[in-house]
Amino acid sequence: MNDMTPDREERSANLKGMGCSRKRVEDARFTQGKGNYVDDIKLPDMLHGDFVRSPYAHARVVSVNKEAALALPGVVAVLTAEDLAPLNLHWMPTLAGDKQMVLADGKVLFQGQEVAFVVASDRYVAADAVELVEVEYEELPVITDPFEALKSDVVLREDLEGQTEGAHGPRKHHNHIFTWEQGDEAGTNQVLDNAEVVAEETMYYHRTHPCPLETCGSVASMDKVNGKLTLWGTFQAPHVVRTVASLLSGIEEHNIRVVSPDIGGGFGNKVGVYPGYVCSIVASIVTGKPVKWVEDRMENLMSTAFARDYHMTGKISATKDGKITGLHCHVTADHGGFDACADPTKFPAGFMNICTGSYDIPVAYLAVDGVYTNKAPGGVSYRCSFRVTEAVYFIERMIEVLAIELDMDAAELRRINFIKKEQFPYTAALGWEYDSGDYHTAWDKALETVEYDALRKEQAERVEAFKRGETRKLMGVGLSFFTEIVGAGPVKNCDILGMGMFDSCEIRIHPTGSAIARLGTISQGQGHATTFAQILASEIGISADSITIEEGDTDTAPYGLGTYGSRSTPVAGAATAMAGRKIRAKAQMIAAYLLEVHDDDVEFDIDRFVVKGAPERFKTMKEIAYAAYNQAIPGIEPGLEAVSYYDPPNMTYPFGAYVCVMDIDVDTGVPEIRRFYALDDCGTRINPMIIEGQVHGGLTEALAVALGQEIAYDDLGNVKTGTLMDFFLPTAWEVPNYETDYTVTPSPHHPIGAKGVGESPHVGGVPCFSNAVQDAFRAFGLRHTNMPHDHWRIWQTANGLGLHD
Amino acid sequence: MIPAAFDYHRPKSMDEVIALLGEHGDDARVMAGGHSLIPMMKLRMAEVPHLIDLQDIENLAEITIEEGHISLGAMVTQHDLITHSKLALRAPILREAALQIADPQVRYMGTIGGNLANGDPGNDMPGVMQCLGARINLIGPDGARSVAARDYYEAAYMTDREDDEVLVSVDFQAPSGGYAYEKQKRKIGDYATAAAAVMITKSEGKIASASVAMTNLSDVPVWSEEAGAALVGTACDGAALEAAVAAMLGDIDPSEDNRGPVAFKRHVAGVILKRAITRAWGRA
Amino acid sequence: MSDKMHIKLKVNGEDKEFLAEPRELLIYALREKLNITGPHVGCETSHCGACTVTIDGKSVKSCTMFVAQANGAEITTIEGIGEPDALHVLQENFREHHGLQCGFCTPGMITRATKLLEENPNPTEEEVRFGMAGNICRCTGYQNIVKSILSAASEINAAKEAAQ
Repeated sequence: MNDMTPDREERSANLKGMGCSRKRVEDARFTQGKGNYVDDIKLPDMLHGDFVRSPYAHARVVSVNKEAALALPGVVAVLTAEDLAPLNLHWMPTLAGDKQMVLADGKVLFQGQEVAFVVASDRYVAADAVELVEVEYEELPVITDPFEALKSDVVLREDLEGQTEGAHGPRKHHNHIFTWEQGDEAGTNQVLDNAEVVAEETMYYHRTHPCPLETCGSVASMDKVNGKLTLWGTFQAPHVVRTVASLLSGIEEHNIRVVSPDIGGGFGNKVGVYPGYVCSIVASIVTGKPVKWVEDRMENLMSTAFARDYHMTGKISATKDGKITGLHCHVTADHGGFDACADPTKFPAGFMNICTGSYDIPVAYLAVDGVYTNKAPGGVSYRCSFRVTEAVYFIERMIEVLAIELDMDAAELRRINFIKKEQFPYTAALGWEYDSGDYHTAWDKALETVEYDALRKEQAERVEAFKRGETRKLMGVGLSFFTEIVGAGPVKNCDILGMGMFDSCEIRIHPTGSAIARLGTISQGQGHATTFAQILASEIGISADSITIEEGDTDTAPYGLGTYGSRSTPVAGAATAMAGRKIRAKAQMIAAYLLEVHDDDVEFDIDRFVVKGAPERFKTMKEIAYAAYNQAIPGIEPGLEAVSYYDPPNMTYPFGAYVCVMDIDVDTGVPEIRRFYALDDCGTRINPMIIEGQVHGGLTEALAVALGQEIAYDDLGNVKTGTLMDFFLPTAWEVPNYETDYTVTPSPHHPIGAKGVGESPHVGGVPCFSNAVQDAFRAFGLRHTNMPHDHWRIWQTANGLGLHD
Repeated sequence: MIPAAFDYHRPKSMDEVIALLGEHGDDARVMAGGHSLIPMMKLRMAEVPHLIDLQDIENLAEITIEEGHISLGAMVTQHDLITHSKLALRAPILREAALQIADPQVRYMGTIGGNLANGDPGNDMPGVMQCLGARINLIGPDGARSVAARDYYEAAYMTDREDDEVLVSVDFQAPSGGYAYEKQKRKIGDYATAAAAVMITKSEGKIASASVAMTNLSDVPVWSEEAGAALVGTACDGAALEAAVAAMLGDIDPSEDNRGPVAFKRHVAGVILKRAITRAWGRA
Repeated sequence: MSDKMHIKLKVNGEDKEFLAEPRELLIYALREKLNITGPHVGCETSHCGACTVTIDGKSVKSCTMFVAQANGAEITTIEGIGEPDALHVLQENFREHHGLQCGFCTPGMITRATKLLEENPNPTEEEVRFGMAGNICRCTGYQNIVKSILSAASEINAAKEAAQ
């Protein structure tokens, strides 16, 4: 020790560990245009693939004539189902236990379905060749409504005809996929039948799309000399893609390298496996050259991974004074032409059974019926854990409807039904064990901050002024309180295609005291390279600036299930902390040896081990790292490395309280967001700056979904919203400033108490925006109206309530 | 989204343009900023074997204001309309309308000529020019001619312009009085759900003249003579507004699309028109 | 296919010459012929602005311009803004205020912002939001982008004042 030694505070600050708003290490390359995204990859002799897609939503493919296309100079191949069949690659398994056509095998089931794959010398020739492939179709009756599908004689999936058993139990009809039941049906019905008050509502959570700014794509390169396949792609789960690619192609897994380079946003769109990936692989195997496939925006919106499309019916019962006694929920889930939902295997409707929300509901029942229609397959978790946005929207609307039924304030109704702090860990009626929560504190803080009572007073005055003809604008106060379920998940009940949903981290400390850590996850903008280094810095006492985080290359990263469902921090973040602790344990032995004391006589102190009671005797992590490589220490292997595979004991349950104040022009249907307050509790906060950024982004996606973003079809199954003219992505002009706030309730089972935050604002935001719109009309008798609340639908609501008379 | 191949021409004079159009007939199209045509070509909804780029034609991007008369060359961009300070003084409705078209990048490229020429019902400038009583100037193999903007539009994407003619400029008397361009849209970059262009002059506390046109509520822009007439002589009171709206509603014929059903559009048309008239009156 | 044209561009101060079909879109020519991969393809219908570059002093969506149209033009892309060891003040501020997440929109966003501040060196928040409305970001919700640009503007202005 001398005077130059930094004090503890300074040493701690130098680490840039957990809790500080460390600036992102990713930004240097992104701000200079030096990101490396899939479409930036350019390999020698690379070919380009492009799809011939079906203009029809349901048709028989009578013939495909490739001759003219093949005659075009520069065209190398045109693949159809017939070409893929001998390789058994004309169909592929979906994540949901179904199978999906890679290329149309006899018929097409949705508009935009892949019919043939053209491979050519460049993207221009490929596009020209697509026009030259002649496909003869015979149109079939189109079904775009799941209720009609369940009544229709038209068999959509002829390949499944006669199969009465699906991947998730019995099928009731040829267009039915599964019924998934949770909870106590008889008990719930009994409570509902005898309840003092019952509120019922039917709601449709419309179909939408994650629409990241970068579309999906891949580059496959089969090295026939070495027998190695390298596949770059927009993969949120690169290891799973490797395993699937191996199982499908028969190439041994060690001969496949999957790389997710920089990803331009995912939001769930890049979890699944798409025909384009498979076709680029096949084309590379066939031609022996690298093949790139990148979809355009229309293809992205038409064919890859929609989200939602849940028709939900709820019944909620309560005592006269508002204590909820039971909840019943039925969902008719429109899965499109194939069941390609991205959910853990045992959860065909994801975690829809979190639909009891943040409330202490004694008994509940949920049934979900999955149905085939002539729409695109998908059903991904768009900025949420599996079907959690649907669940939270459902319960937060049911609460509002119950408040109307009871003539009660909706904030108060929530308060008296929240699960109490002392009830955690709390087992909900539909089975989940909520790890922790303090809902009342969060709710009170939110309502106080926004001055809730004053807002209600202002709103009541506005209603009076409106009735007197002094204003044409109504005011809505949107509330939502959400509990998420993220961090899938425990291997005992969560897997994808048989792969347990653990995650991993591998750390190597270099001799000079810097480090590299590799994880099984992959950032798509969340800033993993920044935040995971912060976790490690705090755990191992090496500055985050001296730690490289690497993800996405299956040749180097340990196996992991990827990034979606807010699982990176809860699962891989935990693996990182655990691997760090292994490093620390070994470092402790080395330090003790160097300090010539017993292992138990040294303790970790920020960036060093000190002798207990004699802090002037210490070894820094830098010194320890060097010793690990240059000294022979009896009984200890050289080197300083660790790996951890973390199987989480439970999910984590982030929660939050949101309030939106909105003014609505009754005559034009134009909503104006005056204020949005978001309180999030994501447990331990690793990087407040990044948390805030995630909240802003999630809220903006929530705003879009609630106020206009949809994938709409006409009766013939034509996509009506195929470009960004019609598919609503708000610009800076349409988006407000948000106020963010927080409480901290650490997860008791997570090594660092963190819960995940990326999806919370979307999950809580959608019902909050929607409730604001609907609340504006509550005084005029509105119970419920469906999203998206675009101008015309808001106008229609006002019109239906007689407000234009 | 890759367009089909084409031959590219960048002539230096209008004579060359006319010659190219004569030579290639239906196979040729002229292009100004390209922000309407290129997306259509990328979607392969427009096939253009010969593309004639007008960017090198001299004098096509001029704004002239002389003795109360304004002339705008076809290649004048929305951005030019916004940033030209003299124009903003003499015909401020143009700046107000241009600011509500698309987004900044598109406004650097999008031209008045492209906006006016093709009869796209979603474009804003046709309604504005009808409101201003502008004349559209064309050059073809038989020379120059001029058509009133109010007579130019025949149906969606159908205009009085022949395939071998080029829109070279638009001109009008510098307006006086109050103005407004009011537009409802879903977001930046969208076409109008409903938009109204209004010019009003005032004399002795009453409306002396009024010109009213609306956008995207029919397959052509709608200039309603009756709606304007309903305002003249009034103090822009409630009854006058109602009468103007009633007249306009008689002239529009919106169709359902993703922006909403017909009843909604008709209602919003009335609301937007009233707001535009009220604002123009306030500025008169 | 039509005949290839001889294209000359000045990109980020360097003269470039290459052959291209006239129909090639400027964005692909930049990305694939010149390996300038900073500008990205996002929507292809001129809504998202990920492909924004500056052409002869205008912010332009390069997905909606044929390379033939750009022939002879002077172009600046994100690669021509700032140096690794001397970042542009906007690049610094986007990092400082967390104005980016996945980074896909960022090159177009910053390129557009340079032009916005050139034309309006002292914008209000509203002017920034309106001036940036041709660029879509799916990650940030814009709040920190707006903050980054406003902060960059005040830094530029402060530096100018100090120089006077």
